[in-house]
Amino acid sequence: MTTPIETDVAIIGAGPIGLFAVFELGLLDLKTHLVDILDRPGGQCTELYPEKPIYDIPGLPVVTGQELTDRLLEQSKPFSPTFHLSQMASGLSRLDDGRWKLTTDAGTEIIAPVVVVAAGGGSFVPKRPPVPGIEGFENISVFYAVRKMEQFRDRDILIAGGGDSALDWTLNLAPIAKSLTLVHHRDGFRAAQHSVNQMRELVEQGKVKFHIASVKGLHGDNGQLQRVTLAGADKKEFQIEANAFLPFFGLTIKLGPIAEFGLNLHENLIPVDTEKFESTTKGIFAIGDINTYAGKLKLILSGFHEAALMAQAAFHICRPNEKLRFQYTTSSSNLQKKLGVA
Amino acid sequence: MKIIATDRDGKEHILEGRDGWTVMEILRDAGLPITAECGGACACATCHVYVDEEWAAKLPDKSDTETDMLDMALAVEANSRLSCQIICSDALDGIRVTVAPE
Ligand SMILES: Cc1cc2nc3c(=O)[nH]c(=O)nc-3n(C[C@H](O)[C@H](O)[C@H](O)COP(=O)(O)OP(=O)(O)OC[C@H]3O[C@@H](n4cnc5c(N)ncnc54)[C@H](O)[C@@H]3O)c2cc1C
Ligand code: FES
Repeated sequence: MTTPIETDVAIIGAGPIGLFAVFELGLLDLKTHLVDILDRPGGQCTELYPEKPIYDIPGLPVVTGQELTDRLLEQSKPFSPTFHLSQMASGLSRLDDGRWKLTTDAGTEIIAPVVVVAAGGGSFVPKRPPVPGIEGFENISVFYAVRKMEQFRDRDILIAGGGDSALDWTLNLAPIAKSLTLVHHRDGFRAAQHSVNQMRELVEQGKVKFHIASVKGLHGDNGQLQRVTLAGADKKEFQIEANAFLPFFGLTIKLGPIAEFGLNLHENLIPVDTEKFESTTKGIFAIGDINTYAGKLKLILSGFHEAALMAQAAFHICRPNEKLRFQYTTSSSNLQKKLGVA
Repeated sequence: MKIIATDRDGKEHILEGRDGWTVMEILRDAGLPITAECGGACACATCHVYVDEEWAAKLPDKSDTETDMLDMALAVEANSRLSCQIICSDALDGIRVTVAPE
């Protein structure tokens, strides 16, 4: 058991809006902890379009998804937010003293009077191939990531996919596997050329089998995979032996555990008021792509505005006896001190 | 132009395409289960459709980005396309597409 962390604001989601919330809350002296299932901050900007230019951030005529993230991180740095990355925010409950306890699948517990849901469209999770019954094999014989390589020693491994993950794990696992088969829908890959070359060498040496095929069926009992039905380019089906299956088709966005938090949801979005961006549950705010209100636009700039107003309301919950002073960063030596520039 | 789209339950929808819009936008706005996470940037493969063989041949070839991105789609077939890369025009009047499984 880890001891729970106590802070002012727990933020679910380290996308651009969660990151800017750190800044706005920080200006008001509120401390923040962020949880994100991805292994790095930036949300959609870094996961879906790190290299693509964005043209509608006020004051930045052009900035890529990665650059915007880097700048937001730099901007929030004076407030030293704590990141809990590669963790799913999985539970939310109210304590007797009125504060909230946010728990993650890694056992982290964050206690705070305010929770900000900046979860975008939800969390990024691996794409699950549409093979009947695959759920029953997950985490026993079907894995979407390799955490411990040893787990795969001496197994008959099937890998599906044509990107870097599929190729990298083919190369890494081939030496310890009993057998390794790679399947992909075409004889071309969107992976680093040297990995593709190395894979082809292993195929020539007979150390890896490659089929242009797709996975149609999984067979076995109690989650223990034994055989897999594949369909080749000619649509003819055949079976191979495999007791571990690793599909690598990238990530997709699913609302995930937030659906179970007992919050009011409308078509997978959290309705909020446009004064505080608070949900219908007091102390739980929703900003960025995850919220909905009349006139909502899913744009980064709208999320930034929402973060600023949310911070004002969060202050009153976290510091009920203090008076909030409206100040400009340009002229307030107090704010400049916090930013480390005065 | 008309788009004839079959959803995941096998139900057919006849949709009015708009010149210059993408097929993904027409399907999404009609409420078909096209996630289109990246909003048409050819960066997510969640707008995957099967194009009827007869029409598949009439479409412009896939760009390298589309071919690469299809590697991240599930259950890819020879007639798989990313619908955000198909642009509506009168030449495609009557095109038949089927939403791919998730
Ligand atoms: C290709 C593309 C181009 C775009 N171009 C523009 C543009 O030009 N201009 C513009 O303004 N907008 C653009 N957008 C939209 C913009 O990226 C989004 O509006 C923005 O990312 C929303 O930020 P967010 O912080 O609300 O959510 P996200 O960026 O979606 O971040 C949410 C984060 O929360 C995490 N999360 C969710 N649930 C959980 C959980 N339970 N536990 C742990 N973590 C969780 C997710 O993993 C994710 O990292 C574009 C989007 C795409 C895909
Ligand atoms: S909408 Fe993302 S690839 Fe088409």
